[in-house]
Amino acid sequence: MVPLNYFLILAAILFCLGVIGFVMKRNLITMFMSIELMLNSVNLTFVAFSRHINVLSGQIFVFFVMVIAAAEAAVGLAIIVAFYRNRESLNVDEVDRMKL
Amino acid sequence: MTFDQILFYCLAAIAIISALMVITRRNPVHSAMFLITTLFSVAGIYLQLHAEFLAAVQVIVYVGGIMVLFLFVIMLVNLEVVSTERRFNKQWIIALIASAVLLVEFGYVIVRGGKSSLLPPVTGPAQDLTRKNSEQIGLMLYQNYMLPFEIASLLLLVAIIGAVILAKRRLASDK
Repeated sequence: MVPLNYFLILAAILFCLGVIGFVMKRNLITMFMSIELMLNSVNLTFVAFSRHINVLSGQIFVFFVMVIAAAEAAVGLAIIVAFYRNRESLNVDEVDRMKL
Repeated sequence: MTFDQILFYCLAAIAIISALMVITRRNPVHSAMFLITTLFSVAGIYLQLHAEFLAAVQVIVYVGGIMVLFLFVIMLVNLEVVSTERRFNKQWIIALIASAVLLVEFGYVIVRGGKSSLLPPVTGPAQDLTRKNSEQIGLMLYQNYMLPFEIASLLLLVAIIGAVILAKRRLASDK
């Protein structure tokens, strides 16, 4: 039986790696992947606590977070494609106007 | 060390190393591949936590859906434009500070929280390990969480429409 703390520490490390990737990267697609990494680490925390206190609701929340992640990926990647079509670039520094 | 712990350490090591690779590779296709490895090992950890349904959903939705979408978009854009990025730039100091602050915060909470039992008792349906995980999740989803489930389906519909409108090529006749 692995203690709860181990899962929390793993989730914390994954979240921090996601933050580093999000701030350091200049490429829109890789930044998006870092966001997915952070979402995953939060999901891991949810499942670990759900197991620890033996309440199933945490797993339902993870299910909804996954739904949100799917919707976010669809809309976000569509925005990236539209941006690339107009600027021929994926550098986040060039995203300075709302108008396409 | 029991088998459980060895399995956990292996999965955790794979997850952390491939997460590091995700943020250090310059080619986004490599990043996507390593992210898939991370997602798989997190799915393995879900299995270890007796969340079999979520492990399956993780593989199907994340790896099979979202990551394939990512790869589609990477191949849709010009790869030469994408891979000319520098690995480290001015932002790395900010990134380091932000993650250090976060790590200290998490560490403080975990160390302090380990000693206390301040978590209030939670009431809710407990997981019965003798019954199937997906059966219990399905029952809960359609009994206790019916309205959120419907709202989630509506949200997905909005996301589909939004994605189609955003990514639609503007026709010449529109202008």
